[in-house]
Amino acid sequence: MGEEKVSVMISKELVEKVEEKIAGTSITSVEEYIELLLENEFPEETEYTAEEEELIRERLRRLGYIE
Amino acid sequence: MPRPHGGRLINKLTRASLIDIRIEEAAKLPTISVDNELRIDLENIAVGLYSPLNGPLTKNDFDSVVSNGRLSGDIPWTIPIVLDVSEKVSESLMEGDTVAISCDGEPFAVLSVEEKYSWDKEAYCQKIYKTTDSEHPGVQKTQIMNPVLVGGEIELFKETPGVFPQYRLRPDETRFLFKEKGWRTVAGFQTRNAPHIGHEYVQKTALSFVDGLFINPLIGKKKVGDFTDIVIIESYEAMIKNYFLKNAAILVTLEMEMRYAGPKEAIHHAIVRKNYGCSHFIVGRDHAGVGSYYGPFEAQEIFDDYPDLGIAPIFFRNFFHCNKCGGPQNDKICPHGDEDRENYKGRVMRQLLSEGKYPDPTQMRPEVTEAILRHKHPFVE
Repeated sequence: MGEEKVSVMISKELVEKVEEKIAGTSITSVEEYIELLLENEFPEETEYTAEEEELIRERLRRLGYIE
Repeated sequence: MPRPHGGRLINKLTRASLIDIRIEEAAKLPTISVDNELRIDLENIAVGLYSPLNGPLTKNDFDSVVSNGRLSGDIPWTIPIVLDVSEKVSESLMEGDTVAISCDGEPFAVLSVEEKYSWDKEAYCQKIYKTTDSEHPGVQKTQIMNPVLVGGEIELFKETPGVFPQYRLRPDETRFLFKEKGWRTVAGFQTRNAPHIGHEYVQKTALSFVDGLFINPLIGKKKVGDFTDIVIIESYEAMIKNYFLKNAAILVTLEMEMRYAGPKEAIHHAIVRKNYGCSHFIVGRDHAGVGSYYGPFEAQEIFDDYPDLGIAPIFFRNFFHCNKCGGPQNDKICPHGDEDRENYKGRVMRQLLSEGKYPDPTQMRPEVTEAILRHKHPFVE
């Protein structure tokens, strides 16, 4: 994800609920929690080199997972 | 598709062009011998299934996983992956050494020794298995493990082909496959059994709101009376062929030891499926449990402690055949009482199968039964 940040307004009540949910976890802020949820919704594509892609595609084809 | 656990898929496999060199180098190094279960764990690290681990746990991570169910960097992790050695072997190891790791006399990896440390097995069992009862299979195994643990980073130059090479995929391959199929959301299903109708019902219920189903039987050491691995595979082949839409479900095996750690293991199982690329993970009643060491829904409740897990659990409570509804149901949707409900009784089905008989078709698909009965010995003896 890009590094430039923008502000988004959400209700204080929701923020408080998130704070309660993340207390004691590895997530240190409400922003981090929301980013995690959204990154799962819009994940970065795993990047494969052309060579890796061909090797994987060939193996999956050979095993019958793709045609 | 979720990102791999910890942010990126670990790859600790030696590049093809360097394999011969590593084999030669390893032959000259001091060697640690491991059993097949540990070899499989190290392979799982190397291919990224245990991302973000890049080797057996070092002390900080070990202590943190045992005490808090998280790595020292706070990333969720509940089952310590450790390399245990005897006092004698430990004395020959220095921190900073590179050693070869072998199984059955064959070196397959190298380890950069970061540290060696002792461990309190009783405290470990209490935290991981919630018991120190030596009847518990995980406790039993812990008791016979070596007294010193060695942590560090591995590089693996010889991978085993797997018990079913045609069904063994690495996480970078499953992620590619999901993308090829256009599956954005995938539900992972863990199993150690041949499927009965209840399993199929759970899978199809999950499949109703995700793009694909990832059926992922655990292959490896099993208890006497369990279905053999080949029977599990062939019975699933029969079920998928006859009862699933084409391209709705895929079968991939996972070679991994069962620890029977109940709730802690449920989290571990979810993390592994996240690394495969699953967005969801199905958790049933008494997942990864044994005996009565865990409450029936403890393996579901533990997910409350991990909002940062990055894979969504799908919980199923009790499912059964309801005579009044006329099909498989669960206790959230069926209004009828016990008199109309017939539980899917694995033990009864196994008994019938062991006598060469067909369970009722409301309990097991005939095609699945046929696949099982094709085998003279369908159970581990």
